[in-house]
Amino acid sequence: MSNAVSALPGAAHAGIASVTEMGLQGMVTLRGDHAEIAAAVKKVAKQDLPGQRRINGGLGKGVAWMSPDELLILCAYEDAASIVEKLDKELKDAHHLAANVSDARAVFAVEGPAAREVIAKLCPVDMAVFEDGEIRRTRMAQVPAAFWMAGPDTIHVVCFRSVARYVFDLLATSAAEGSGPGFF
Amino acid sequence: MLLLTCPNCGVAAEETELAPGGEAHLKRVGPGSEDADFEGYLFLRKNPKGVHFERWRHANGCGKWFHAARCTVTLEVFGTYSAQTTEPPKDILLKIDDKRPGWRG
Ligand SMILES: [Zn+2]
Repeated sequence: MSNAVSALPGAAHAGIASVTEMGLQGMVTLRGDHAEIAAAVKKVAKQDLPGQRRINGGLGKGVAWMSPDELLILCAYEDAASIVEKLDKELKDAHHLAANVSDARAVFAVEGPAAREVIAKLCPVDMAVFEDGEIRRTRMAQVPAAFWMAGPDTIHVVCFRSVARYVFDLLATSAAEGSGPGFF
Repeated sequence: MLLLTCPNCGVAAEETELAPGGEAHLKRVGPGSEDADFEGYLFLRKNPKGVHFERWRHANGCGKWFHAARCTVTLEVFGTYSAQTTEPPKDILLKIDDKRPGWRG
């Protein structure tokens, strides 16, 4: 067995907000007609189908709406493979694709009262009206990323593993001490 | 700055979140066609000053294609609509009639 490691184990930064790499996280991409896959998601991931751009739950246990034919299931890292297996079994008669993408992603937490400002500096998203339970796929400087509110002052950011260092450095720079615009 | 609302995910996306796909509603000219028609299909595009129908992809977002009707002069957006169609929807055409009388030329 190989020893799985996350993209930037232990990476952390403290400034106007803290930026922390969240370690290994389980993620399963599920594509298919939402109406057809809802029952399987309920049974396997124990989650209701999220509405447009909504996320139910969060890291370790959740489901996020990614596009009209795509969901992202969040689970424990060790469980991703078995969730794919169970989904494939449940959906054997439906046109679908379930894939374990855990090792293709990196996850960061941005935490602190200025968390929204750290994100607002990097993404074309109006963070003043960004709600709990909403997931936003967007552009973070030069790469795609997605994030949601994991608490009143906590934002979880997901990006591709190949750009993990870039995204961490971006977030750390954006969270540099003394750089808060104090807008929100 | 151009803001287009993606009909697939509902986000009012800023231009840098999108990838342009060029002129919309092209009709493919295939095997057996005249060379001139094929050349037109491959290379000739409208470049209007005013109303234009375009394809866009929400690349840094939901990843889906959609259509947009906009004015190339003012960047006014008349509407966005599904990619799964070969012509602009009636309501958007009527809206453009209203705002740019005579645009159909
Ligand atoms: Zn979209």
